[in-house]
Amino acid sequence: MTIRHHLSDQLLMAYAAGDLPEAFNLVTATHVSLCDECRARLAAFEAVGGAVLQEADSVEMSDASLAACLDRIEQMPQATHRAPMRRAGCFPAPLAGYIGGGPESVKWRNLGAGVKQAILRTGRDASARLLYIPAGQAVPDHGHRGLELTLVLQGAFRDDADRFGPGDIEIADEAVEHTPVAEAGPACICLAATDAPLRFNALIPRLAQPFLRI
Amino acid sequence: MQADKVETDWAALVLRVRDHQDKAAFAALFRHFAPRVKAFLMKSGADAGLAEECAQDVMATLWQKAHLFDPTRASVATWVFTIARNRRIDALRKARRPEPEDLPWGPEPEPDQAEVFEAQQETDKLGQALAQLPDKQRALIERAFYGDLSHSEIATETGLPLGTIKSRIRLALDRLRQQMS
Ligand SMILES: [Zn+2]
Repeated sequence: MTIRHHLSDQLLMAYAAGDLPEAFNLVTATHVSLCDECRARLAAFEAVGGAVLQEADSVEMSDASLAACLDRIEQMPQATHRAPMRRAGCFPAPLAGYIGGGPESVKWRNLGAGVKQAILRTGRDASARLLYIPAGQAVPDHGHRGLELTLVLQGAFRDDADRFGPGDIEIADEAVEHTPVAEAGPACICLAATDAPLRFNALIPRLAQPFLRI
Repeated sequence: MQADKVETDWAALVLRVRDHQDKAAFAALFRHFAPRVKAFLMKSGADAGLAEECAQDVMATLWQKAHLFDPTRASVATWVFTIARNRRIDALRKARRPEPEDLPWGPEPEPDQAEVFEAQQETDKLGQALAQLPDKQRALIERAFYGDLSHSEIATETGLPLGTIKSRIRLALDRLRQQMS
């Protein structure tokens, strides 16, 4: 897998610092699972966290705290070696953990023209969904509201300017104006997340939502 | 640079906790890191009581997960930071933070001492570089790591020398991929 489109420094630092909404955490962890370059960059940002902690002031702990901590350790159950999450098909482990399996386990909803989506359960400050786009179909609208991350897991999509294949991530904000289309070949499966406000909880009936949008 | 920062081999202390459940080694780690974790959590918005409680949790996790610590990849300070960050997210933000897939790359029972030293040095050097940044820029980075900024407020340019750390981890990953294939 040759990845050409990576996470931004801003996203990697925010992920290292723990500043991202859950849906963006999921996309970031999924890309890093596929991309050694971003894994190494993430390690560097985590080292900044270490330096911040090391240089930080300290606030005295109470006198009994060490003894209390040792007591707590005595009472802790033996660390159980949890079986690590596994990759499932084209879904890296963090995503497979949300789905409970690979692409075959997704509960898709048809959006028309063979395009399908599944909304994942995440915190409300941003939303994540899986998209299934048959060859030649347009990738559902990027909304042009807020920040949208689109990570390709299978297949590819392209617009006039660029191509996004497996592992590539597109980072789009309000400024991006284009209509990417799934490439010929196997259907394109993407994980997309946006921090634009979710509209479908509003009082407007679902059917009145613009076609193909969350 | 202060002498004690160079001379205390924090990684060796963690390995003594791992291999011998050494309470004296743990006490030294606790005295150094727990007050820093407490300060870190208070700057993240926890009150003193909650921060103290969570700092104990963080140190207990260090004991419990000592077998997972790889001193050739990260300094103890960096590792403690990641535990504190995760505790903060659980306690204060209640958000989930999925982790990337684990790689089958260590820790080795007998880590290469030169690599351990290098990882520790990197954190020290970063600390110095951080201290030398203009106040405003440093404050922005610190606030990001205290969880006090949203992702859109984070500066894209830190002014910190991150290239060497990235390259070192990248090389280690390339080596691992070769062994796996
Ligand atoms: Zn990448």
